[in-house]
Amino acid sequence: MSERAYNFAYLDEQTKRMIRRAILKAVAIPGYQVPFASREMPMPYGWGTGGVQVTAAILGPDDVLKVIDQGADDTTNAVSIRAFFARTADVATTTDTREATIIQTRHRVPETSLTENQILVYQVPIPEPLRFLEPRETETRTMHALAEYGVMHVKLYEDISRHGHIATAYAYPARVAGRYIMDPSPIPKFDNPKLDNCPALQLFGAGREKRIYAVPPYTKVVSLDFEDHPFERTKFEAACEFCGARDSYLDEVVTDDRGGRMFVCSDTDYCEKRQAAQSRKAAE
Amino acid sequence: MYVAVKGGEKAIRNAHRLLADKRRGRRELREIETAEIEEQLALAVDRVMSEGSLYDRRIAALAIKQARGDLIEAIFLVRAYRTTLPRLGFAEPLDTAAMTLRRRISATFKDLPGGQVLGPTFDYTHRLIDFGLDAPAQTETPELAEAVAETSPRVTDLIARDDLIEREARPEAGAPVADITRDPLAFPAPRDARLQNLARGDEGFLLGLAYSTQRGYGRNHPFVGEIRCGEADVELFVEDLGFAVSLGEIAITECQMINQFKGGDGHPARFTRGYGLAFGQSERKAMSMALVDRALRADDYAEERKGPAQDEEFVLSHSDNVQATGFVEHLKLPHYVDFQAELGLIRQLRREQDGQPEASQQEAAE
Amino acid sequence: MSAPLLVARGLGKRFGAVTACRDIGFELEEGEALAIVGESGSGKTTLLHMIAGLMTPDSGEVRYRLRDGAMRDLATLSEAERRALMRTDWGFVHQDAARGLRMNVSAGGNIGERLMALGDRHYGRIRQSAAQWLERVEIPIGRLDDSPATYSGGMRQRLQIARNLVTAPRLVFMDEPTGGLDVSVQARLLDLIRTLISEMGLAVVLVTHDLSVARLLSNRILVMKQGEVIESGLTDRVLDDPRAPYTQLLVSSVLAA
Repeated sequence: MSERAYNFAYLDEQTKRMIRRAILKAVAIPGYQVPFASREMPMPYGWGTGGVQVTAAILGPDDVLKVIDQGADDTTNAVSIRAFFARTADVATTTDTREATIIQTRHRVPETSLTENQILVYQVPIPEPLRFLEPRETETRTMHALAEYGVMHVKLYEDISRHGHIATAYAYPARVAGRYIMDPSPIPKFDNPKLDNCPALQLFGAGREKRIYAVPPYTKVVSLDFEDHPFERTKFEAACEFCGARDSYLDEVVTDDRGGRMFVCSDTDYCEKRQAAQSRKAAE
Repeated sequence: MYVAVKGGEKAIRNAHRLLADKRRGRRELREIETAEIEEQLALAVDRVMSEGSLYDRRIAALAIKQARGDLIEAIFLVRAYRTTLPRLGFAEPLDTAAMTLRRRISATFKDLPGGQVLGPTFDYTHRLIDFGLDAPAQTETPELAEAVAETSPRVTDLIARDDLIEREARPEAGAPVADITRDPLAFPAPRDARLQNLARGDEGFLLGLAYSTQRGYGRNHPFVGEIRCGEADVELFVEDLGFAVSLGEIAITECQMINQFKGGDGHPARFTRGYGLAFGQSERKAMSMALVDRALRADDYAEERKGPAQDEEFVLSHSDNVQATGFVEHLKLPHYVDFQAELGLIRQLRREQDGQPEASQQEAAE
Repeated sequence: MSAPLLVARGLGKRFGAVTACRDIGFELEEGEALAIVGESGSGKTTLLHMIAGLMTPDSGEVRYRLRDGAMRDLATLSEAERRALMRTDWGFVHQDAARGLRMNVSAGGNIGERLMALGDRHYGRIRQSAAQWLERVEIPIGRLDDSPATYSGGMRQRLQIARNLVTAPRLVFMDEPTGGLDVSVQARLLDLIRTLISEMGLAVVLVTHDLSVARLLSNRILVMKQGEVIESGLTDRVLDDPRAPYTQLLVSSVLAA
């Protein structure tokens, strides 16, 4: 059987229209999870089908696409997704954050600040921030509708009473535009402040759970906390081994079996740019 | 000196090549033909069609070949293919009363119009491995008797004549039918959406749930009213012609369960029912589906939902094996960024527990 | 004198062929405690659930006076209004404390939940309020961070009460609050409940099969049998001088203490 011709970016235009309608609703109600009829995609559920559908719906031939996973362009799933779009859309791709018009990401926000010309598409496994406190969809829908979020703070209270700290390190819940509480996807809490007042449009796609939500540009996003236990950003003890950055999220690399450790920037593009700048400076 | 990991792209390419090599296996062995899978592994093909939600024996067989025999992987391939197909219209409801019957049994009556027809079944075989199958052999071609002209009315229709079994609710003509591939499932789900979900649901999952109802987790006293295997006509109503045209036949298995009767409060006692339908000869699936269908109808009969098979959200949210395997297997993807965050947190907590509060406060401060 | 806090009229409920409640009506004033007594199967729990808006009556209505003075038919409340009422103005103490508590959350979290639901965002203050309430219901302060799974039955009940009263509700429903507890534990718990009712001016609708509980906690009493109220009035009067034969039977069959 010969290869069929696929529509631009795989999805048919009807499906893209349906997804874009869901995106518009999501943008109109920041942080609210809009149900959408997620399609079966040629990659498994849980591997980015939501993000891929959102990207496919908004992608145009003049776009420049960057895909990252864990902050890096070269991780296997990012490679696979980038190849998918290169093949089905023949669109330009890049590893340079500044060049990209659409950035699809799994579990990280780029260190480089984003602009108004960019859209950040997050891959989301579990869109419902209340899910682990309340497994029933019928109940969580009602809680969101009535802004009944007391149970979220109960969880944070428990953390503090048990550990002395809020014990959520990633997928840290945040309040959007003062109304809906959302799960920002499993980004480390280190990245939460980047969502607040961001010039770029932020879209969140959950394929398996069939939900899309959005944070419009310049929207207030506040991570949940207590007045006397404010949200605290993670700080690393080390600097990046390659570029010396002290303000970026670092991956811990095990270098030998005697406990040897090294820290390097998770955002490979950011790190490479810094290294390049340092080499230029050294050459001057 | 440590060099940052690169080469993800190359690794993936090589993995694909290795996979293709393994799929083919030892070159001195003949390559399996799709037609052989279609014919001699027919029940695997039936399952892949049912859960892949696409009636095409050849595509299902090809998917099984490509998937190296992993049926859920094959189902995934079929689903992804199905998504790309254009939709031409909706068939008329299948008339299972008019099926060509290959197999037809009822546990509720010893004999009935149309008779008990065993058909090709494993049911009464002795499960002894036949080592003779290891080498190619001549299988006898059995003599076929004349087809019986007797009609075989549905058992449930027979009981319904005496008004002893609940009638299936007839929807209004032209009423829209739910389509779970177009609209996300919402709870509580209407019965048409539930049945669609169950029809594509994983056989193993539904089998376990069905079994649980029999063992007391939401018992509903089932009897197999009827199981029918055979071919049914698929008809499409053509606007321009003003009548329905047959597009061909599909092989299906239908199971009607007859369950615990209900009544009282002014309503006469009647048997209740559960329904199961699958492509090909898939009795285990059709029966399990019928048991779970009945269990999920708890509200219709004012039954308390106590067993997992009666929990609508639980059953319908976890029945799709393509979704399930995607999410379970996604744990193989890199999660080191989040793991790093957890490491950081746990180290901080341990430092504090071990009595170094000043250091951690300095670090934690903005 | 202000309008009654709660008015029930013509309440009825059937389950199939069984009539659980038939034509029940009463009025409850602010700060008044009403006991609904009867044997099991009398319909008293069904009645309680209808009054608390947890079950829809087949006939009749229940009206409640909101804080702003408006009398509202419970059947007309939106889900949002009903939940808000449940969280602020009302309390519900279940017979089985585990139903009215989050068993996997600490005592402090359980008591603090309503405060957090209402927008309280200061951990220290929430914790302090929870601690104060723990003391008030006579649970040792050291148990603040323990989960109620580690509590005794009596302690769980006290915690459930604290969780309900932290927002100073005006009306509390109680379903056999001392059921299943040791006699000595019951006595202390009843004493606590009586003190709190009096100190906080709570209105209470209490369901119990135990006449001594009714006598200790309530001002007025409804005696139910097979879905109907067969006698009602001031608790002391009804229990000291029962008029209906069934009430006489109930009273006389209470074992002497």
